[in-house]
Amino acid sequence: MTRLAVPHFTLRDLWLSTFAAGLALAYGAAVVAAAEDDPWPDLREALFEDRQIQPGDGVIRLEAPYRAYDAAIVPITLAAEMPQTPERYIKTITLIIDNNPAPVAAVFTMTPHSGTAKISTRVRINAYTNVRAVAETSDGMLYMATKFVKASGGCSAPASKDQDKAMARLGRMKLKQSTPVRLGQPNEAQLLISHPNYSGLQMDQVTRHYIPAYFVQDVTISYGNETIMTVEGAISLSEDPSFHFSFVPEGPGALTVEVRDTEDAVFTRSWPVEPEAGS
Amino acid sequence: MILALAVPARAEPLPVREVAKGVYLYQGAHGEATAENHGGIANIGFVVGDASVAVIDSGGSAHQGRRLHEAIRQVTDLPIRYVINTHVHPDHIFGNAAFLADEPDFVGHAKLPRAVAARGAYYLEGLKQRLGSASEGSEVVPPSLTVAERLDLDLGDRVLRLTAHRTAHTDHDLSVYDAVTGTLFAGDLLFRERVPVVDGSLKGWLNVMSELRAIEARRVVPGHGTPTADWPAALDRQESYLRLLRDEIRAVIRDGGTMEQAVASVAAAERDAWLLFDDYNPRNVVTAFTELEWE
Repeated sequence: MTRLAVPHFTLRDLWLSTFAAGLALAYGAAVVAAAEDDPWPDLREALFEDRQIQPGDGVIRLEAPYRAYDAAIVPITLAAEMPQTPERYIKTITLIIDNNPAPVAAVFTMTPHSGTAKISTRVRINAYTNVRAVAETSDGMLYMATKFVKASGGCSAPASKDQDKAMARLGRMKLKQSTPVRLGQPNEAQLLISHPNYSGLQMDQVTRHYIPAYFVQDVTISYGNETIMTVEGAISLSEDPSFHFSFVPEGPGALTVEVRDTEDAVFTRSWPVEPEAGS
Repeated sequence: MILALAVPARAEPLPVREVAKGVYLYQGAHGEATAENHGGIANIGFVVGDASVAVIDSGGSAHQGRRLHEAIRQVTDLPIRYVINTHVHPDHIFGNAAFLADEPDFVGHAKLPRAVAARGAYYLEGLKQRLGSASEGSEVVPPSLTVAERLDLDLGDRVLRLTAHRTAHTDHDLSVYDAVTGTLFAGDLLFRERVPVVDGSLKGWLNVMSELRAIEARRVVPGHGTPTADWPAALDRQESYLRLLRDEIRAVIRDGGTMEQAVASVAAAERDAWLLFDDYNPRNVVTAFTELEWE
């Protein structure tokens, strides 16, 4: 699979390079460190080199709670503020959580078929941090929206509240479509993937060692032959990753999702979509 | 002699009260764990038989555990044979360390060892941050005796019946029933006054509550809040909150709403009925939302 990520870095590289630091950051020390060292200049250089990044107004909006209710499940919305047209559209959105052990939470790749290009997901947040959405438009411009979020311990927070149930469900997917599905217009849907998405910072139940990171790495959502969105994920995505997305059906077809995790397990599923013509 | 030196300085006995013959309780404060309260926010207690003593939840820190130990010693010199933990949460287990010298069996649900392994270090780190030096001596003490379904502990002419429940408040809740006085220690399967916290399964909890109703207790000691003889009606308040949580989240999901929308609206009608509502209801909504969206 082609890596669509950021220049010079795939997410996995970045994750590996920051993993050792992440262990040290796993606990509250991260809060202190965050106040002293701003990781953004280094991150910015690693991810975007010296390219200009403009304010997100009119292009990309980021919604995040100022204070998280559960640091392991922080809802985040990335919303395009411009229409997705073949002439100009948002090509990628990189979701960055500055003070997380692996700051790049996900890279979303979109197409003109991505509807409103509004994405919601849920992330782990390990320390008080800036959260950033950097959108790259199809003409190669970068735009950034930033929010500060107060949360701590999300990456090392213990896995699953009902551990037996979670493992029994591994790989199961659920799609929720808004109805009726409208032809030729953006329609919203939510994809749920049952996966522990182990961060590598959680303690094993039996051995009392850290559970190796094991997470959803690639998600491809297609409608018919068209790719709607791909997601390159990492350890900052919450257990049971959830993605709200939108798509524009030009006729009846099927939404197909392919998920690959870091152990190369592949889960695929299709759901028929029956749009209402002329609605 | 060397061992004696290791024994910490005498702690002030916890002000426990006898809620039924031989059943003693320290009622935790409704608040967050702090250095000032030594993590003492949960109800903890002990039951005295003819031959031995069982502790039911040991408190939120080693310091609080030592104070509970002193309180027991003011009542009886009988050996402390059992330290029962109703579940893994810090306010219920971090007093365990104060009882190590008694060499009791530490007793918990069959799934407690797993929860202790998964969460113990994380909780201990959190306790140190929150309590600072007041957390001193606290450590993770896993169970040595576990309960898969039921277990009777004989304290000498007094049998405690332990029941391991299916996933509810957590995935490893244990309740304790003292048949002599008809006292049910519900652990955090029952919250009174303070808003319940969902850390297992909302639907499971509602199911377990209907099982609890079948127990013919004369009084119930909740994990948080005031003990009462009003049983099983004492479950009603919690049940209406959990039902409202479930029904309103389901409605949001059915209408295609998001987690954020659910947080903003769900269970608002219960806001004035509970302490610490704004601190825990949003989190409950998040937790329950991730459960119910798989229906």
